Amino acid sequence: MVDTSVTLSGIRLDNPVIPASGTFGFGQEFKDFYDINLLGTFSFKGTTREGRFGNETPRIAECTAGMLNAVGLQNPGVDHVICHELPELAKFFHKPVMANVNGFSVEEYAEVAQKLDREPQVGWLEINVSCPNVHGGGMAFGTNPNNAAAVTSAVKAVARKPVYIKLSPNVTDIVAIAKACEDAGADGLSLINTLLGMRISLRTRKPVLANAMGGFSGPAIFPIALQMVYQVAKAVKIPVIGMGGVASAEDVIEMMLAGATAVQVGAQNLVNPYACKEIIEALPQAMEKYRIQTLTDIIGGAWK
Amino acid sequence: MQWTVTENTALTASVFRMTLTGDTRAITKPGQFVQVQVPGFYLRRPLSVFDWQSAENGSVTLVYKAIGLGTEALARVAAGSRLDVLAGLGNGFNLEDPHAAKQAQKPLLIGGGIGVPPLYGLCKRLLAQGKTPTAILGFNTASDIILRDAFEALAVPTLLSTADGSQGVKGFVTDAAALAGPFDYVYTCGPEPMLKAVYELCASRGVSGQFSFEERMACGFGACMGCSCRTKYGSKRICKDGPVLVWEEIVW
Repeated sequence: MVDTSVTLSGIRLDNPVIPASGTFGFGQEFKDFYDINLLGTFSFKGTTREGRFGNETPRIAECTAGMLNAVGLQNPGVDHVICHELPELAKFFHKPVMANVNGFSVEEYAEVAQKLDREPQVGWLEINVSCPNVHGGGMAFGTNPNNAAAVTSAVKAVARKPVYIKLSPNVTDIVAIAKACEDAGADGLSLINTLLGMRISLRTRKPVLANAMGGFSGPAIFPIALQMVYQVAKAVKIPVIGMGGVASAEDVIEMMLAGATAVQVGAQNLVNPYACKEIIEALPQAMEKYRIQTLTDIIGGAWK
Repeated sequence: MQWTVTENTALTASVFRMTLTGDTRAITKPGQFVQVQVPGFYLRRPLSVFDWQSAENGSVTLVYKAIGLGTEALARVAAGSRLDVLAGLGNGFNLEDPHAAKQAQKPLLIGGGIGVPPLYGLCKRLLAQGKTPTAILGFNTASDIILRDAFEALAVPTLLSTADGSQGVKGFVTDAAALAGPFDYVYTCGPEPMLKAVYELCASRGVSGQFSFEERMACGFGACMGCSCRTKYGSKRICKDGPVLVWEEIVW
């Protein structure tokens, strides 16, 4: 029997597989496909103070081995999440969940984080300073070390639960931003968010997305994500959740060898609703194949 | 779900009919759609259902337009191939609710272009309920016409319109609707400008209806929020809460 469990800031996960925010809603759409209690946990839909419709459509475009999205943080707002989504979730998911927090100001991040921090089922806060699809918020905080540190400090001041900062790859030096977050008190990091990308329709000769550009995800970005996880995890002492193009148990192992303590799966949930279940079920066999007895043993194994 | 392609035939230069066999029990209503994984492409392709027979060893017929690289590749898939499909997606047309749909005896079915196919499965089920539907099928030009024979084989009065007048009524589906007899409900699927014209037609005739919309989507089952639209009752997901919206909730 291999051991797939990992520990994220003191909370044990049965396995390192975590559906990424924005690809799993509040769990509701996936419970009809499989029992989501087999997940390590999941990160719920990015939540802001007020409800948001998001960007105009089209919001989706296809790429080779991936996709673009420009949803723009559509969500019902933090109060609705607390009053409706989390009570519903508690009926069919019985593990701590990761709360994905967004904002357009440092104060908003802190306010949303403080509200979600009080929710008993929330195990971790994942602070998204890297959404590429909103103006005046999101990525603006994650592309500058000082801003990222300011959000981190403000959230840490009000939160009792572990705080993970979700980083943008759309920067020149992700390590500098990661270290700024660590110095400001972050308990962990998650990376990478989507890469900025674009498609143009040959029929209309205009961008496919109404927002012109969007976030690029899917297997195409896996090598980029892996490299950033490798660099960041080596440079910081706090745990890193690796994500970006993960689509198989082998990808999970590779991410952990690069230094990830746990792994998120994003776009793959959208093309195959069973993706995380299949990855979790394939993990023990993949571990045996590569002679891994205890998954935590391989974290950062590629550094030496 | 793995389905087997038994037929993939061209109906026009760009429209194809594909029949597949497999477990089709997930499909419960006309107007629902399937998400087909086209080999070599990342996102699935959402396609409407022309007709289906619901069973563990059932069959489904899709009529689709090759409009981009993915659907062009789908058009080259040979009989005997296996395709990965998510089925029974979306709310579909509801023949029981709202009350106006249940009560209607003479529904008008209005399809435009590649919006015509889902109305066929709907038409059969309306006939099975003893209703007397009329169909209006609109196209740009005579060479685009599809499925006319299928509707006529159901012995349903079928009016054609073409934008260039090359066959049937010259003009749009609303011009053909002026020639149709009285109707007490509308089911429609087609391009958005057509849906808007049909919406106005409903308003002027004082009848309600169900409108099937299209939007670019990723997942097709409500998770990604890629296909959201505004309605009078808040935002809805075309893939999960739609694709069919009722007249009363539509915001243009």
